[in-house]
Amino acid sequence: MTTAAVETARKPATMAQALGRALRDAMAEDPAVHVLGEDVGTLGGVFRITDGLAKEFGDHRCTDTPLAEAGILGTAVGMAMYGLRPVVEMQFDAFAYPAFEQLISHVSRMRNRTRGALPMPITVRVPYGGGIGGVEHHSDSSEAYYMATPGLHVVTPATVADAYGMLREAIASDDPVVFLEPKRLYWSKADWSADRPEPVAPIGRAVVRRPATGQGSPVSLITYGPSLPVCMEAAEAARAEGWDLEVVDLRSLVPFDDETVCASVRRTGRALVVHESPGFGGPGGEIAARITERCFHHLEAPVLRVAGFDIPYPPPMVERHHLPGVDRVLDAVARLQWESEWTEGSAD
Amino acid sequence: MTVLEQPGAYRPTPPPAWRPRLDPAPLLPDPEPVRLLGTPAAADLDPGLLTRLYRELVRGRRYNAQATALTKQGRLAVYPSSTGQEACQVAAAMVLEERDWLFPSYRDTLAAVVRGLDPAQALTLLRGDWHNGYDPREYRVAPLCTPLATQLPHAVGLAHAARLKGDDVVALAMVGDGGTSEGDFHEALNFAAVWQAPVVFLVQNNGFAISVPLAKQTAAPSLAHKAVGYGMPGRLVDGNDAAAVHQVLGEAVRRAREGGGPTLVEAVTYRLDAHTNADDATRYRAEEELTAWRAHDPIDLMEAELKGRDLIDEDGMAAAREAAEDMARALRDRMNDDPVLEPMELFEHVYAEKTGQLREQAAQLRAELDAESQEGER
Ligand SMILES: Cc1ncc(C[n+]2csc(CCOP(=O)(O)OP(=O)(O)O)c2C)c(N)n1
Repeated sequence: MTTAAVETARKPATMAQALGRALRDAMAEDPAVHVLGEDVGTLGGVFRITDGLAKEFGDHRCTDTPLAEAGILGTAVGMAMYGLRPVVEMQFDAFAYPAFEQLISHVSRMRNRTRGALPMPITVRVPYGGGIGGVEHHSDSSEAYYMATPGLHVVTPATVADAYGMLREAIASDDPVVFLEPKRLYWSKADWSADRPEPVAPIGRAVVRRPATGQGSPVSLITYGPSLPVCMEAAEAARAEGWDLEVVDLRSLVPFDDETVCASVRRTGRALVVHESPGFGGPGGEIAARITERCFHHLEAPVLRVAGFDIPYPPPMVERHHLPGVDRVLDAVARLQWESEWTEGSAD
Repeated sequence: MTVLEQPGAYRPTPPPAWRPRLDPAPLLPDPEPVRLLGTPAAADLDPGLLTRLYRELVRGRRYNAQATALTKQGRLAVYPSSTGQEACQVAAAMVLEERDWLFPSYRDTLAAVVRGLDPAQALTLLRGDWHNGYDPREYRVAPLCTPLATQLPHAVGLAHAARLKGDDVVALAMVGDGGTSEGDFHEALNFAAVWQAPVVFLVQNNGFAISVPLAKQTAAPSLAHKAVGYGMPGRLVDGNDAAAVHQVLGEAVRRAREGGGPTLVEAVTYRLDAHTNADDATRYRAEEELTAWRAHDPIDLMEAELKGRDLIDEDGMAAAREAAEDMARALRDRMNDDPVLEPMELFEHVYAEKTGQLREQAAQLRAELDAESQEGER
């Protein structure tokens, strides 16, 4: 096939479609892949990610379970012990909390406890984050909890191509992967070919989505998941101010790609971490510390964070005040221009 | 890479459809626990089975005593004894076929040993040298589980997976009376019943969860009654009567293997020792209670049956005690070796492949160890 023909095969697809396709292809390729969760069968999941799977593969491969998250993940552990590859859907971020006990006490450490004898090839899909007008318990960003648990991979795609590629890789992984799906981006579209999905960087690798141009005052925006589009927009807007923003999409929080992040920060000399989960005790603190430890002499200013407030996720009518938006990112970029009022302010 | 041994050979088959039963009566346990020893029904029991059970009971009692002694010598960090509960332990292991799986709690080391584990390997977790001392797949014994009841959904998932694969494997999961209050217990039973998974749940009701008596744990008529609400049979058995436990569990395993679904078995027993060697049981239970239960000792019950039917003589009993001594001696020898631990193994088996973070940390520890050994040489 010529390049042109492949190009024409690409057409607009949503992240939700790409995720569904990844599940379908994984199930078609490997009969050990089983999907289980609440409403994943007949309904196709509340976000329709699993639409059609029960019909195509039978409800013993795509199973509507009883309503019990610890039970769903706990039975997945047993299935994995017997050689299956369960893909578990948690309906919403905050409803994964009942399953934490299984996740932390068993899923994350079974391999280690048994010295490699019982790997846990489980993928836990968690739609996460806000911005969709959800009522309480439908918008949490729980990545810090997962990151704090050794033995789990924690990943989050931000593009349609990554959604497909990373989910396929997660399912194929012999280790448990917490697969965080930015639900705000479920309906974001990109040109993509389901029949010829483009290869993406492996889990564990960050990707520079927008390189600095060399024109203006450079800053690295380190971000992931739902905040990627915010940072991309901010980078465009920043050009007018004479700022040259490089946007790094982490994609994987565990393992963490120090190399790509630090290479960017060394180029730009300034770093801003952007995420929507609460800042205190959040991923940004870890990332800022890692950058400081590795790039201190390259830094022109302290590493800053733009994060959600340290509050339980607010009601939908005020969530826009909580979520880090373009303005908040640009304000922080302004503060990173260190020489000016920031130094004077901090001298008091 | 897939963890399936023969990925190509796996064709999952849908389990048969299941309809709710509207008549709860067949699910209800009899009000009195099933007893066989000392009753006329015992006459039908296979003499060979009874003597095997007896030998394992005697060996089990010795094992509990030896492990407790090892805690006193500092060779074992902690030991939750199953003294008094040996009948449950022995029967649980003995009803299973080789291809079946056992899901023990932390108290069920003896069941794991009867299933064939090296007694020293079964104690690795409790010794503190590594979390799990054996390959679970080799023995079909899940790692001893310390968070209460969390192994129960694992048993359900494994049994369900086995049936999808077309294997007639049964999982037997053990839990204490206290563990039945945990959410995982309920979720596991419910999943098992809805999926009709080939699982047998064995509750060893030994009277206490550390210090808390059953009356403060549940208001149910019995723990076996809980089964009815999930749509599975509940069975109540005298947990000190090894023949009865073996028979009730055996029926449940058979039913599960034949596609009849899960069973909840409550074995009424008593823990004669403290919760662990570190516990002071006099703070929460009366001496009279102990005395009463000592009169209903699982070994005495079996011995009386065997003697009554002339199935054992003094020589036979002495031989059983001797075999137990041999096991204890071998265990002592094994546990007297100082375990040699490789600190670098800390970074192994966290992930299939080490992350960059772990490689860095491993290098740091390697350097520290090298510096230490150089200092030692000086
Ligand atoms: C989730 C959890 N909570 C608390 C404990 C601490 N703990 C260990 S044993 C125990 C009592 C368990 O009683 P039971 O289930 O009756 O089992 P038994 O010890 O009598 O065999 C408790 C509370 C634990 N291991 N796991």
